[in-house]
Amino acid sequence: MSQILQYVFSGLTTGSIYAVVAIGFNLIYSTTGIINFAQGEFVMLGGMTAVSLSLFMPLPISIMIAVLVVAVCGGVLEIVFFRRLRSHSVLHMIIITIGLSIVIREAALHIWDEKVRSLPYFTGNECSSVKLLGAAISPQVFWVLGAVAVVVAALHCFLRYTLWGKAMRACSSNPIAAALAGINTSNMRTLSFAVSAGIGALAGCMISPISMSRYDMGTGLAIKGFAAAILGGLGNPMAAVFGGLAVGLAEAFSVIRLPAAYKDATAFAILLLALFVRPHGLFGSRAADEAREIAE
Amino acid sequence: MTRRALIPVAVLAAILAGIQLAVSAAGRDYYLTQLIMSAYYAIVVMGLCLVMGYAGQISLGHAAFFAIGGYTSAALTTRNIPAAHDAAWSGVLRSAGLLWARPDLYGETLVTVSPWAAFVLAIALAVLVALLIGWPALRLKGHYLAMGTLGFGLIVYRIVLGTEFLGAADGITGVPPWEIGLGIVISERKAFRVVNYYFAWGLVLLVLLLLLNLVHSRVGRALRSIHGGEQAANAMGVNTAGYKLKAFVLSAALAAAAGCFLTHYNRGIGPSEAGALKSVRYVALVAAGGMANLWGVLFISTLLNFLSLRGFFGTFDHAAFGIILIAIISLTPEGPLAPVGRWLRRGRGPQPGTVRDDDTQG
Repeated sequence: MSQILQYVFSGLTTGSIYAVVAIGFNLIYSTTGIINFAQGEFVMLGGMTAVSLSLFMPLPISIMIAVLVVAVCGGVLEIVFFRRLRSHSVLHMIIITIGLSIVIREAALHIWDEKVRSLPYFTGNECSSVKLLGAAISPQVFWVLGAVAVVVAALHCFLRYTLWGKAMRACSSNPIAAALAGINTSNMRTLSFAVSAGIGALAGCMISPISMSRYDMGTGLAIKGFAAAILGGLGNPMAAVFGGLAVGLAEAFSVIRLPAAYKDATAFAILLLALFVRPHGLFGSRAADEAREIAE
Repeated sequence: MTRRALIPVAVLAAILAGIQLAVSAAGRDYYLTQLIMSAYYAIVVMGLCLVMGYAGQISLGHAAFFAIGGYTSAALTTRNIPAAHDAAWSGVLRSAGLLWARPDLYGETLVTVSPWAAFVLAIALAVLVALLIGWPALRLKGHYLAMGTLGFGLIVYRIVLGTEFLGAADGITGVPPWEIGLGIVISERKAFRVVNYYFAWGLVLLVLLLLLNLVHSRVGRALRSIHGGEQAANAMGVNTAGYKLKAFVLSAALAAAAGCFLTHYNRGIGPSEAGALKSVRYVALVAAGGMANLWGVLFISTLLNFLSLRGFFGTFDHAAFGIILIAIISLTPEGPLAPVGRWLRRGRGPQPGTVRDDDTQG
């Protein structure tokens, strides 16, 4: 029982990070139609920047600055690379994000190095743990789960109740109608990149004490986050949370039966089966995707 | 295919022969090694071009097919079959050329599958896997298909990386040279370099002709109609599911064949050949070459692979690849060769992308 609980918490921790990456994919996808494969690099940049800044300033401030810096980077990338390329097809833009992810990763390798770094634990240290029904859980796990919960709730409120959030949703449901209603769709696209980058960076800081930060951590995260977004159904940020947790739990529990080397293989096999049964994700609908294809 | 369409292929063959003569005359034969490797990668990328550019279906799992080809032939030609040493049936198979006995490093006899039989089995396995994965996966659309194929590729990568029989993280080394016949031996030895160069590029030209023929035939028109609008194509009576699957299986077989040849040439294969980054690289090369443009794809893939195999960019190899990719796609979305193609076809009426006269002749 306590062992199962241990697996549940380890699955939820990694799963919640996948969920944040998946939300980032969704935000950018719903305003631009682009799958941004540099999403994992934002997580890496957040962690690495915070680690470097924490040498000079207290931890909370360095995390805040790191999130801001990466959010600005995200916005700038949109302005420099995607704003002027509106005539390109979506696939071309996706390939450009792949190119960007390679360049950012290599830049990080040359700015920092190939060493593994990490932020200190927010409370306690690597040995301290909280006993919960017989399972020993690091306090950092609660930080991660709490922060992700706050991010998801805040984002939900932002999209539902604020003017900018509503404008962003308008862009995703019908860009032309949104533009006719006086919404500056270009700025909304930039905003979606900045917000995705910001929450990705925050996730990178939260996970850094547990799973460390390294220049090449982004690729794996981007793939898992993409899997989570697809599993939930593209264009639905809240379904992405479910998708992320599901991928994380599948990964954690596969270790019980199979060698750890096959951990990813099981997670992806489950994902493939889910896709073959529900080709538009667990919560996606065929109608929504077709409306989107026609709108493009 | 008309005779006029053969002219560019003949010109390319002449250029390739010229490169060999110039390189050998300059005493820089070692350039040929990287050109041979680029040739095999170009076969993978051209096959993927059929699926992506013409049928409009993305596949982020093509490195897996390359690895299936490479690993199957590597494992079958290096792993000893103890049961086959004295058994009567092994003699029959040996004289049929299916099994192969040779001394290993320590002078013991090693009985393995012969390279030809391993090649056939590798292609068969790749085709089988492509059918099994393609049949459900090609029902997926757009980003969902991208994820499905990416997931498949990662599963193959993890299996290769975690299986002791396939050498785990070390990969398989000591793959024997492959005597194809007619004096052609696939081997990295210096004596066979020029032969290998012509063999590899001969294969590329063959695949190029095959694919050019295919895309200008009835099948090619069907594939492009799927790209244009799958529902409309279906309504016109095109069996879209069948054509997509056939294109996918053909490109998987090409990737597996390239994997077999390159593994014999390199004398080994490692797990990184199956990795997601390789698959992404193939997709990026197709996009940079201009998608539905076999010539552009061949050119870009050869150029970039050759430069990075030669270590031209040093430690900035990945970064340079990323920057070149971004530059090519943002500046010339139709592929860098598109302006050249337009210039060559100037004053001849139809523009690329439209149905040309020779299309109707099949």
